[in-house]
Amino acid sequence: MRYGDGVLMAGDRRATSGNLISHRAMEKVFPADSHSVVGIAGAAGPAVEMVRLFQLQLEHYEKVEGSRLSLEGKANQLGIMIRGNLPAAMQGLVVVPLFAGYDEKRGTGRLFEYDVTGGRYEERDYAATGSGSLHGGTVIKLGFRDNLTRDESIDLAIKALFHAADEDSATGGPDLMRGIFPVVATVDRVGFLRVDDAELAQRTSALLEELRSNRGGLPR
Amino acid sequence: MTMPYYVAPEQAMKDKADFARKGIARGRSAVVLTFADGVLLCAENPSTTLRKLAEIYDRIAFAGVGKFNEFDQLRIAGIRHADLKGYSFSREDVDARSLANQYAQILGQIFTHEMKPMEVEIVVAEIGDDPKRDQLFHIRYDGTVIDETTFIVIGGDSETIAERLTAAYQPLSSLAEALRVAVRALGGPERTLIPDELEVALLSRTNGRRAFRRLDDDEVQAALAAAPDEPVAPSAAAAAPTIEGGGSAPTQ
Repeated sequence: MRYGDGVLMAGDRRATSGNLISHRAMEKVFPADSHSVVGIAGAAGPAVEMVRLFQLQLEHYEKVEGSRLSLEGKANQLGIMIRGNLPAAMQGLVVVPLFAGYDEKRGTGRLFEYDVTGGRYEERDYAATGSGSLHGGTVIKLGFRDNLTRDESIDLAIKALFHAADEDSATGGPDLMRGIFPVVATVDRVGFLRVDDAELAQRTSALLEELRSNRGGLPR
Repeated sequence: MTMPYYVAPEQAMKDKADFARKGIARGRSAVVLTFADGVLLCAENPSTTLRKLAEIYDRIAFAGVGKFNEFDQLRIAGIRHADLKGYSFSREDVDARSLANQYAQILGQIFTHEMKPMEVEIVVAEIGDDPKRDQLFHIRYDGTVIDETTFIVIGGDSETIAERLTAAYQPLSSLAEALRVAVRALGGPERTLIPDELEVALLSRTNGRRAFRRLDDDEVQAALAAAPDEPVAPSAAAAAPTIEGGGSAPTQ
């Protein structure tokens, strides 16, 4: 989602195979380069591989040309890679990432979502992908306003993932026992920054406290 | 019918070497030296767009002098080699030694088999986890590789500059000191180079995964101003290693 200084992306940590949990600490949000971030949903293998290649392409371009691609250029490049995956997607190995970053020319955060054919759609305020996107997206829709602060946007993202995990079996909630929290990253003028686990732990317990005190709209 | 005439291989090689050396001598020089925090690369280069120094990989940098299009070709080939290797295997498998050998192969091949040798001289530098593991490779137009741990000078006036650097270089110096020594050596006694005429970059151990960073004119100015102006004591300079130290045989 966009916030005052840039853009934020958050992802849960669960990977499933069928109805089993195959991974509890999977990472789905990655730095694409110093000023952009990519998040994945869909078939894990091809998705992680796509991110690796995408990161390589951006860095390779930067080194060869001596300057970074524009944000638009990066978004288009990812679209081409998704289109390249279309035959695999037809066989069921769908990859639908989200891409966001700080546009250094315009001085603002921007975000993009994709469809399986590589179609690229820029969103104004927020976007969600993956199995829990319906519920997570709705929480953001209700809590979003222009120029959220960094702290407010992190809290909103944690809340959205909590509610997604509350309703969707393939989305993982915060795992307090193992100390596993969502991956939350911000990109602003300075660049990509991952929010550290200590801060996430503290914000998660604040959310849980709020939910406990007035049940925060949680159905029994 | 034209008569093919005989040219002794010695003569052919010498002519090619002279040709390459002349080409390189026309350009300005660059120095690469190790300091406490990593490797400093410093070139005399008034252009702000055509670069002599470049990032190759996480901990590897490149410096080239001579004909621009030729060393730029080598730079891009190096980036491609490193990126491909890091992608196919692992980032930690990319090292300067293998890259230097690749460059030596290319340059050696062209020197012996092509009409025109490449008029370039390049340096591949890599930083390790501590100063002892920093490596510099000097690759010449004919594919000769020399490895160093202190400094390398490439370009037109390299011998004189190397003499000046030998006298002033001290291992494990600060960035400001290293930069001052490099800039003085490049400029010589008559000239004082200003940041506008310099291209400065470094491989720094404190710079995260991608160690390469360029210094802008303000940073160069600040570093030069911060360094003490007194020349280093002769006794300390005498202890500094010389450019011949650690040289290895040609690899072709």
